[in-house]
Amino acid sequence: MMAELLTTTALPIMLVGAMVGIASSAVGTFLVLRGNSMLSDAISHSIVFGIVIVWLLTKQQSGPVQLIGAALTGLLTVLLTEALASTKRVKQDTAIGLVFPALFSIGVLLLNIYANDVHIDTHTVLLGEIGFVWLDTVDIFGLPIPQALVSMSVMTVLNYAFIGLFYKELKLATFDPALAKTFGFMPSILFYVLLMLTSSTAVAAFDAVGAVLFIAFAIVPASAAYLLTDRLWMMFIIGALISIASSISGYYLAVYLNVSIGGMMAVMTGVFLMLAFLAGPRYGVITQRVKRQRARQAPVEPPPSV
Amino acid sequence: MVWLELLSDYTFQNVVIGASLLGLISGPLGCFAVLRRQSLLGDAISHAALPGICLSFIITGSRDIGGIIMGSLITGSAAALIMLMLTRLSRLKTDAALGACLSIFFAVGIVLLTYIQSTNNASQGGLEAFLFGQAAATLRSDLWVMGSITLVTLLLLAVFWKQAKLVTFDAEYARTLGMPITVIEASLTAMVALAVVVGLQMVGVILMAAMIVAPAAAARQWSRHLGGMLTIAAGVGIVSGVSGATISTLSRGLATGPLIVLTATAIVLISLALAPGRGLLWGVIKHYRQKSALQKQQLLYALYKHSADPSCAPSTLGSRRMLNKLKQQGYLTRSPRGATPSDDGWGLTAQGQAEARRVIAAFEELAS
Amino acid sequence: MATSDLTDTALSIKNLTVSYHNQPVLWDIDLDIPAGVMAGIVGPNGAGKSTLIKSLLGLVPSLSGEVMVHGRPYATQRKRVGYVPQRSSVDWDFPTTALDVVTMGLYGRLGWLKRPGRKERHEAQEALEMVGMSAMAERQISQLSGGQQQRVFLARALVQQADVYFLDEPMAGVDATTERAIIDILRRLRDAGKTLIVVHHDLQTVRTYFDWLLLLNVRVIASGKAEEVFKIDHLRQAYGGQIALLNDNESLMFSASKVK
Repeated sequence: MMAELLTTTALPIMLVGAMVGIASSAVGTFLVLRGNSMLSDAISHSIVFGIVIVWLLTKQQSGPVQLIGAALTGLLTVLLTEALASTKRVKQDTAIGLVFPALFSIGVLLLNIYANDVHIDTHTVLLGEIGFVWLDTVDIFGLPIPQALVSMSVMTVLNYAFIGLFYKELKLATFDPALAKTFGFMPSILFYVLLMLTSSTAVAAFDAVGAVLFIAFAIVPASAAYLLTDRLWMMFIIGALISIASSISGYYLAVYLNVSIGGMMAVMTGVFLMLAFLAGPRYGVITQRVKRQRARQAPVEPPPSV
Repeated sequence: MVWLELLSDYTFQNVVIGASLLGLISGPLGCFAVLRRQSLLGDAISHAALPGICLSFIITGSRDIGGIIMGSLITGSAAALIMLMLTRLSRLKTDAALGACLSIFFAVGIVLLTYIQSTNNASQGGLEAFLFGQAAATLRSDLWVMGSITLVTLLLLAVFWKQAKLVTFDAEYARTLGMPITVIEASLTAMVALAVVVGLQMVGVILMAAMIVAPAAAARQWSRHLGGMLTIAAGVGIVSGVSGATISTLSRGLATGPLIVLTATAIVLISLALAPGRGLLWGVIKHYRQKSALQKQQLLYALYKHSADPSCAPSTLGSRRMLNKLKQQGYLTRSPRGATPSDDGWGLTAQGQAEARRVIAAFEELAS
Repeated sequence: MATSDLTDTALSIKNLTVSYHNQPVLWDIDLDIPAGVMAGIVGPNGAGKSTLIKSLLGLVPSLSGEVMVHGRPYATQRKRVGYVPQRSSVDWDFPTTALDVVTMGLYGRLGWLKRPGRKERHEAQEALEMVGMSAMAERQISQLSGGQQQRVFLARALVQQADVYFLDEPMAGVDATTERAIIDILRRLRDAGKTLIVVHHDLQTVRTYFDWLLLLNVRVIASGKAEEVFKIDHLRQAYGGQIALLNDNESLMFSASKVK
C-alpha cells in the first residue's frame, strides 16, 4: 500500500516540493536577514560549473558527491565575490554580477566541449522537472523512494541540525557580527558553512525544481515570514508552512492548467508573499492603512496634565 | 585574414552587428545601473523578461522581435516597479525584493512556457533559446529594431545628460534644484530594461546580468569622468561581443553567449590589475613601498624616543631586516653587545638622528 | 579574578598603529588607563576614536601594537571586556525583542552550543531593570526610540558583568533624559570599581563626565587626569584652528546631572 502511495504521482511530488521549500527557506531565512538574498541567485547559477566539473571527474549526476561538489562551488563563488569586493575597486553587488555569470559560462562551455551528446541537459538543470521525480527511485526498505526526496530530506535534516545546534551563534552573527566576533563566534566561518549548505540544498533541489525556482523557495517564504512575525524562530515555522501550502496548491493548480508543477509551486510562494505584503496582520500595507484610518477617526485623548 | 572572410558570411554579419549593438547599449546603460548600486537589477529584469516573451508569443502567435521586445519590456519594467514598491512600502530590503521578483516572474515565465508547449504550437521552438541566447538566429530585420532602439536610447541619454548625471550622483541635491527625480530615475530604469531586452537575443536571460555589469566595471577602472566611462564601457561591450561571436563561429560548437561574457570578464580582470592609478598591481607595489617606509619611520622614531631609555630592544625578525637595511643606509650604528645586558646594541648615527627628527616633524605637521 | 588586580592598569596599549588605505589612522598609540575610572576619548572627526576601540577588540587589523587588559593580553581576557557599539552598526528591523538583545550579551559566557535558559533570562530582565526598560522587554526592537535602543545596548553590556567597558558614542543622538540615565549607570559602575572607556562626541560635557581623558588626533595629543588634559593648548593641538573655552559651560540642561 505504501508502495502504491509513493508511486501514484501526487504524493511524492508534493512531498518533494514541500521539502525543497522547507530546506531552502531554512537557510534562506538567514540570507534574507543578512541582506544577502542575491547570493542564492549567484550560487544557483554558478553551481552549474560545479555540477559539470564533478560530472567530468566522477560521471555522477546526483548523489552525495554532487552535494559536496556544490558546497565547494558555492564557497568558491562567495570567496571570489569577496575577493573582488575587497579590492575596493568594485562594489559587492557588482562583484556578484561578475562572478556567477563567469562561472556559469565556463560550465556551459565545458558542457559544449565534453558533453554535447550526454544527458546533462542545462535545460533540465535550470528548469528541473518535478513531475518526473517518481521515475528516479531508490529502494529503501523495499519501498521505491524518489531519489529527489532522499536528497531533499538529507539536506533538510542537515540544515536544521546546523541551525538548531548553532542557533544563538547564528542569530548573534546575523544581528551583530562585531559583537559575535568579540565573543569568539567567528561569524565569517559560520556564514561560509551556511552558504555551503545553501549550495548543497540548491543542487539537491535542481532535480526537482531547477536553479531559478530554488531561488524562489529560498527567498520568498522567508521574506513573507519576515513581514509576518517579529520572532526569529517563527520565521522558520512560517517559512515551512508557506512551503507546504505552496507545494500542495501549486501541484493541484498545475495539474488543472496542465503547466509546469515546479513553476506553479514557486508562483504560489509569490502569492503568499503578496498576501503577507498587503494583508499581514502586523505589517501589511492595507492593514496599516486601515489602522491609520481608524486612528484618525477615533477621538484624540488630551495628554495627561502635568 | 580569416576574420574578413568570415565577414562575408551573412549569418556572421548579423551576429557581429547584433553583438556590437549589444555592447553599444548595455555598456553605457550598465554604467548607470552600476553607479546607482543597482548592478543586479539587470539580472532581475532579464529573468523577468521570460513571461513577457511567452505572453507576446501567446498573443501574436509568432516570435516577431517587435512583440518580444514589447513583452519583455512590459514584464521587466513591472518587475522593477514591484521591487521598488516592496522596498518602499515594507521593511523588506532591496536584495530580498530583487530575489523575490526575479524568481517569481521567472516562475510565471516557466508556467507560461509549459503552457505553450502543451498547446503544441510548431513555431514555439525558439523560445527556450532565450535562456541562453540564440545569436545565430538573428534576422536582419531584428537588427533594424535593435538598432533603432539603441539609437533612440543613446540620443535620449545625450539630450538629458546633465539630469542623468546629477540624479545618479546626488539625487537629493538634484531634487533641490527642482528636477523631477522620480521621473528621471524611472526613465533610467526603463532604459536599463531596454538594454537588457535588446541584449537577450544575443546572450540570453541568465548571462545578461554580466553584460550590464562587466563593461561598466571595466570602464570604471580607466576613467574618472562619467562620459569617458560610458564611452569605454561601450567599447568594451562591443569588443567582447565581436570577439565572442568570432570565437564561437570559428570553433563550431561553442555557445556564443558564454564566450561573450567570458571575454568581458577577462577585460574586467585585466582592467582591475593594470589600470594606471587604480590598478591593483600599482596598488600592491605602492602598498609594499609604503609599508617599508612606515617601518623605517617607526624604527627611527622608536630608537629616537628610547635613546634615553635603552631597555627596549626591537627584536622581531622583520625589524631585524629593516635595522640592517637602515644601518646600510647610514642611519644606524651597531655597537658591540654587552654595553648593557638588555641592550641589543643598535644606536642612531648623527644622520639617523637628523632623519628621525625629520620624521617626527612631518608627523607633527600631519596631526595638526 | 583576584581583587588585587583591580587596582592596577585596566587597559595598557603599546605602540598601536593602524592604517587604512596607506594613510595612518592611528599612529604609535601608547596609553595606560588605570582601573576604576570613567575615561573619555575625544578628538575631531576622523581622529581615529572609533578605530581605536575597534582595533583593541580585534575588529580592525593593526600594523603593530600590544593590548593588555588588567595585565594580560586582550585575547585571554575577552570575558572581562564589555562592548557597546554605535547604534548604527546593527539593523533594527531584525525580528527580536529587547529582552532577547540583552540576552545576547550572555552568549559569550555561554560559549558554543549552550542555550540561554531561565537563569539567563532572569539576568537579562535585571539588566533591563537597571536601564529602566523592563516594561519594554517584549517589545520588537524596531518599535523603540533611539534613546531606548541605546539603553538596550547598554543593558546588553551590563549583563556581561565585565570589568572594562568600551562604549562608542553612547550619547550620540539621544534625548537629555536618556543621556542623564546613561551617565548615572556608568557612574554607578565606576563607583563599583569598573573601568569605563567612552568615545565621546560632545566637548561641552567632557569636564562634567570624565575623570580621565584621552585627547586623540591620529596620535595621542594628551592623556591623563581630565583636569590636566582638558586645557586650551592641548585642545588647540588636537582640533587645530580657533577654539575657545567659555567658562560658563555648565549650561542649564546639564545642571541636573551634576551628581556631586
